[in-house]
Amino acid sequence: MEPFERYRPIIDDFEAFLAACERPLGNAVRVNTIKSSPERATATLEEDDVAYEQAEWNPRVLRLETDSPGSTWTSFHGFTHGQEEVSAVPPVVLDPQPGERVWDCCAAPGGKATQLAALMDDRGTVVANDNNLGRISALRFNAERLGATSLAVTNDDARNYSMKRFPFDEFDRTLVDAPCSCEGTIRKNPDALDNWSEGHIDTIAGIQKGILRRAIQTTREGGTVVYSTCTFAPEENEAVVQHAIDEEDCRVVDFDLEMEHAPGLTEWRDEAFDSTLEQAARIYPHHNDTGGFFVAKLEVTA
Amino acid sequence: MSDDSSTDLRKNDGQQFGRLPETDADRTVEGRVSRVAVVDYFEDRFAIPPETFDGYTFWEKGAGKIWLYSGEADSPLEIEAIGMTCLRTRQEHWKPTTDFVQRFGAHASECVIDLDREAARRFAAGEDQELEWDGDWGYLIAAHTVAGEREPLGIGLYVHGELRSMVPKGRQRVL
Repeated sequence: MEPFERYRPIIDDFEAFLAACERPLGNAVRVNTIKSSPERATATLEEDDVAYEQAEWNPRVLRLETDSPGSTWTSFHGFTHGQEEVSAVPPVVLDPQPGERVWDCCAAPGGKATQLAALMDDRGTVVANDNNLGRISALRFNAERLGATSLAVTNDDARNYSMKRFPFDEFDRTLVDAPCSCEGTIRKNPDALDNWSEGHIDTIAGIQKGILRRAIQTTREGGTVVYSTCTFAPEENEAVVQHAIDEEDCRVVDFDLEMEHAPGLTEWRDEAFDSTLEQAARIYPHHNDTGGFFVAKLEVTA
Repeated sequence: MSDDSSTDLRKNDGQQFGRLPETDADRTVEGRVSRVAVVDYFEDRFAIPPETFDGYTFWEKGAGKIWLYSGEADSPLEIEAIGMTCLRTRQEHWKPTTDFVQRFGAHASECVIDLDREAARRFAAGEDQELEWDGDWGYLIAAHTVAGEREPLGIGLYVHGELRSMVPKGRQRVL
């Protein structure tokens, strides 16, 4: 937990934050509405005597009281998909509509890409890309298990992504759930900080900036880009969004999020960020007893 | 079959997705089945209404492996995947996939075998079991009742009084 000391000045109730990071995380699943309504999924859980609690901010997110969420009929039928509660936030913020063209540029293993398809009633096109071929098989497996027919899976570097293979030139919405230092997954992966260093953070931030810029370039004017990470480091969050608004035609916009969170930062060490970054959300583990997450919503302006 | 021997038909390229021709007469790739043949198969075998597939396109990648997709794409296409694999053709008995059956099997009303909870458990675990069935032999949709409604489990092969679970290893579960 030593690396987290750098966040003491920016996190309210820092001791509660540290204490939450020490606690293991429970099992959460998302109801896959491509195959089941929330009512049918919860009725199936009740039939199997699996206790659950619906998340207040999203009735499609269930906290299960079982040690083996994969060994339930709901899981076998693809009614539910194991997905951390905060990881279900970015697709909801992106708010894709049926029939749209949506890009998930870092999509493996597919929890969010299939959630996007479900939010679109599995109608439209969700291009699920990942640069890691090894993780593409997990993405494909999950897409088929969950019955998502609107996914097109590609294996490329998002930073110089080519639109040539599609019969359209731009996306309506893009999700950049960027590769990151994963500090916020500490409750799930106790070794998440093993290779932590500021140098590593700077390297990843460079990649994140490249991906977010390409995402904005490939999204139509008036379209939406959501940038998210599962880390606390401002270098990978506000600083990346700041770089995007400096270099590309876009602005940070507000969004509703009915779970406890802190606003994005307007300064970090000797760096100042645009005041609009307050509209981003920092979700800390002690807020809602979840993992940690950062989400920012951007509108493409040209 | 005469079409297949015609010299102007291309060989199937296993590395790319090619959209199925509407009918056999529109075929440009050797041995490729048509959309009509695929939709007819699902109707003839399982009584799945053809209009179930309005808004979906069918594609082949890999010899005989048919994919079903609802998004936009040009043919041919070289990417990792589109939609889901739904059917294996280019063999004597066409075989639907378990994932397709779970997604679309609720539209079927023939060749569906209803299992009780214990038999469903064994099916999901990949076990073969002796069961009574007085319908056609061959590939069947196995189903059970979940929360008061029939829910397809996956594809099974019924022969000689035995239902063989075709649920792929990675999808099998001990429940």
